[in-house]
Amino acid sequence: MKQLLSFTRKEFYHILRDKPTILILLLMPVIQIILFGFALTTEVKDTRVAVLIPENDEVTSRLTERINASAYFDVVKIIHNNAEIQETFRDGNAKLIVSFEQGFASKLKHDGIAHIQLIADATDPNAANSFTFYIQNIIASYQQEMMGTLKNPYQITPEVKMLYNPQMISAFNFVPGVLGMILILICAMMTSIAIVREKEMGTMEILLVSPMKPIYTILSKITPYFVLSCINFTTIILLSVFLLKVPITGSFLSLVVVSMLYIFVALALGLLISTIAQSQVAAMIISGMALMIPVMLLSGMIFPIENMPLPLQIFSNLIPARWYISAVKSVMIQGLGFSAILKEMAVLGFMAIVLVGISMKKFKVRLE
Amino acid sequence: MDKVIAANNLTKQFGHFTAVDHISFEVERGEIFGFLGANGAGKTTAMRMLCGLSKPTSGIGKVAGYDIRTQSEMVKKNIGYMSQKFSLYDDLKVWENIELYAGIYGMNDREIKEKTDKLMQELNFEYERNLLVGSLPLGFKQKLAFSVAIFHHPQVVFLDEPTGGVDPVTRRMFWELIYKAAEDGITVFVTTHYMDEAEYCNRVSIMVDGRIEALDSPMNLRKKYDAGNMDDVFQKLARKSQRTE
Amino acid sequence: MLKYLLRKEFRQIKRNAFLPRLIFVFPFMVLLVFPWAASYEIKNLNISIVDNDKSSFSRDLTQKIISSGYFKLTDVSDSYHKALYSIEKHEADIILQIPASFEKNVVNAQGGKVMISANAVNGMKGGIAMTYLSGIVADYNATISKKLLPASISQSGTSIIQIDQQYRFNANLNYRVYMVPALMVMILSLICGFLPAVSIVFEKELGTMEQMNVSPVPKATFILAKLIPFWIIGLIVINIGFFVAWAVYGLVPAGHFYTIYTFAIIYIFTVSGLGLIISNFAQSLQQAMFIIFFFMLVFIMLSGLYTPIDSMPEWAKWIAAFNPLKYFMEVMRAVYLKGSDILQLWKQLAALITFTIAFNVVAVLSYRKSS
Repeated sequence: MKQLLSFTRKEFYHILRDKPTILILLLMPVIQIILFGFALTTEVKDTRVAVLIPENDEVTSRLTERINASAYFDVVKIIHNNAEIQETFRDGNAKLIVSFEQGFASKLKHDGIAHIQLIADATDPNAANSFTFYIQNIIASYQQEMMGTLKNPYQITPEVKMLYNPQMISAFNFVPGVLGMILILICAMMTSIAIVREKEMGTMEILLVSPMKPIYTILSKITPYFVLSCINFTTIILLSVFLLKVPITGSFLSLVVVSMLYIFVALALGLLISTIAQSQVAAMIISGMALMIPVMLLSGMIFPIENMPLPLQIFSNLIPARWYISAVKSVMIQGLGFSAILKEMAVLGFMAIVLVGISMKKFKVRLE
Repeated sequence: MDKVIAANNLTKQFGHFTAVDHISFEVERGEIFGFLGANGAGKTTAMRMLCGLSKPTSGIGKVAGYDIRTQSEMVKKNIGYMSQKFSLYDDLKVWENIELYAGIYGMNDREIKEKTDKLMQELNFEYERNLLVGSLPLGFKQKLAFSVAIFHHPQVVFLDEPTGGVDPVTRRMFWELIYKAAEDGITVFVTTHYMDEAEYCNRVSIMVDGRIEALDSPMNLRKKYDAGNMDDVFQKLARKSQRTE
Repeated sequence: MLKYLLRKEFRQIKRNAFLPRLIFVFPFMVLLVFPWAASYEIKNLNISIVDNDKSSFSRDLTQKIISSGYFKLTDVSDSYHKALYSIEKHEADIILQIPASFEKNVVNAQGGKVMISANAVNGMKGGIAMTYLSGIVADYNATISKKLLPASISQSGTSIIQIDQQYRFNANLNYRVYMVPALMVMILSLICGFLPAVSIVFEKELGTMEQMNVSPVPKATFILAKLIPFWIIGLIVINIGFFVAWAVYGLVPAGHFYTIYTFAIIYIFTVSGLGLIISNFAQSLQQAMFIIFFFMLVFIMLSGLYTPIDSMPEWAKWIAAFNPLKYFMEVMRAVYLKGSDILQLWKQLAALITFTIAFNVVAVLSYRKSS
């Protein structure tokens, strides 16, 4: 036991002495939370719009004013003919062009109908959809005000309730994702690199011939990263609750339990990678490619899984992060209890056993 | 005789720690000069200054006639270097390593090919020529690294603990190569902590705690310190050391 | 001298078991998988309907929802509790409650009410589901109103602004089309930013760097020799990207290839220069890799790949202004989808050139042959 402690202490020294790395390890969750929380959003804001007005009149100028006054849009350019449309888009100056028909106000008054064409730069289709939606609302509300509302006695009014997340804070969705990603990054990537580095430097053999059992060597390598993960877990939770106002509505105990399980799986993954990778660079690239990218993409962290083609959905079931994220969402945001996440726990538990089993076997083989 | 290396009060400080403390010495052309000392005495630091790898804190050094502080790139053109790690590329073949370094030092393809052929014959490396350096045994690597270091016939070659880790026979063979280089007019500056190798040098200096405590031929030193061999000389001097390992 | 160094670099790359595979497989993998996964399109929404009215109106509404194509009906029940359970089980995304007497209330001009409860754990998804459903309800409302209102009232006195929509450059609103050019930028950044830097730090760790430092090789030459192979690799990679974009997605640049190549070459310089600066300061291979990884992650997040830069708060936009990825991503999307040319993209050109010069000068200056 004393041996284990001293080796673990050695590992801690290694890590603590590499100040830039440890700084990044501790800062990364903070930065990700801040970025995701405040910067990464698909909200429509200050979108640059151009207005095509063949000839100005009171309606077009008032509508233009309205559009500009809204927080969603900024009118940056006024053009006067169709030829300028392509140019405006190609310059990237505007994402949407509101094109008023010739003689707009008079047509509206005398013919009872006038046309507006919304020409959207649909390179980003979702954004284009949102823009047209919001502009339509602005135009519609103008119309209502100017024309006077004809009240419809047969009105159906929907009452809307957003469950679990009434303010539609996007944080609710990605905080579990950030947890999933950071934990697997630290545990899998760092652990595997640490073990492979020992291998590369040749000091691994020294450890292996020491009277300490191989399992203790492994334990001593894993422990510091386990501790780091717990620190990061705490950081993320604290930031989420106090900075992003994401509550923990369910059982905190369940959250901790499933997180421990996930960390365990991630550590086992790190072990497995260390038995496969021949060099530190390889370890990093494997954990980077085989882990980070699938986690970012296919775990449901950013992009919803249900949208993906079936083969990818099936593949995403193999990613531990996916199950963890789903469990965290259930507990943290939906406030469900332990029973709701039994499935996820079972899957994670199974993965842990399989991974540890394979790693142990590979480790033993190399020793012989 | 012409002084190929001249150091005058050369000093290197790292913060409060003085690694090399005002050393002065000269090395003549064609000499095999041994730079001895215990680990931590400052040998490697001193050598790195002479090679232009490290800037002196104070003092003057001249190698091949060029000032090591202000003309380090000229110095580098005229020296060869072999470090403890050999610095050959494991994933390149023997001849590819030679070609690379020879080309860097200004030889052209034809010269390189001719000289490579000659070298392979001399070292008996005909078979190994196309092998990756990484697959060679340690002794081969050492010989090859040395040959590459002098391939462009520099004025001085600096060797930093070149014979670490091999058996005495291989070490002896390595020194044969050093003798031959010296005969060819290449000055050899070698650091080592193998005291028996000191016997092979024309003159040796012994560094203790950053200062040169002795500088003479091995024979004179043995007489002066009343010692049977260089090892005893060294023990007597090193006892005074205050820098513990 | 450069000639010999280049020969060495290429020989080493050829012999490296890992690297060539990585270079060729990685772009394929990313371009073949990512665009299918990385989509914000909302499809397959599941709805659970609580029908306490069981009238012809409620049935019509239900039918309308099903036939809209946006929603799949999970179940129809008469208890909100049951519907909520479906949401908890992740079987439903949204609930529509039609209360008792719904039809009666509408017909008697007392105003009908329905309750929409959307699962907003994923705020965006919940919002969109809600929008779709409200839209369907509103549509249904219009149909009913027309039937019930006397003809004269609905026609008089109102002027209508008729709105038409036109989507340019991506008429099918295909999200993949949006992602593919951006992904090419990401791949290029990772390969050309990461690998040259790793190559240099690796030599530092091995000790061969010292041999170079003691030789007359000038700093700039050594660095150039490290970079040139990766520039060539970068160009190969980008061509693979073009090929996959065309073969798999039928995507061909609307603009000119030479525009893309010009920017690509500058960009490769930029991003490898950045990697080099990091490698000059890193003390170990692991540290270098990790720092670069971290930078790349932040840069990718702030590049407009996932979410538009326009939506970001001011401070984030400022940081993004210093992000070379952002500019190149704008260029790729603009040239591929809109057919923009170099002149129209002069802002990005200026930015990238500035960055390239700055990074590479710092990289050469901060490389120390002697300490």
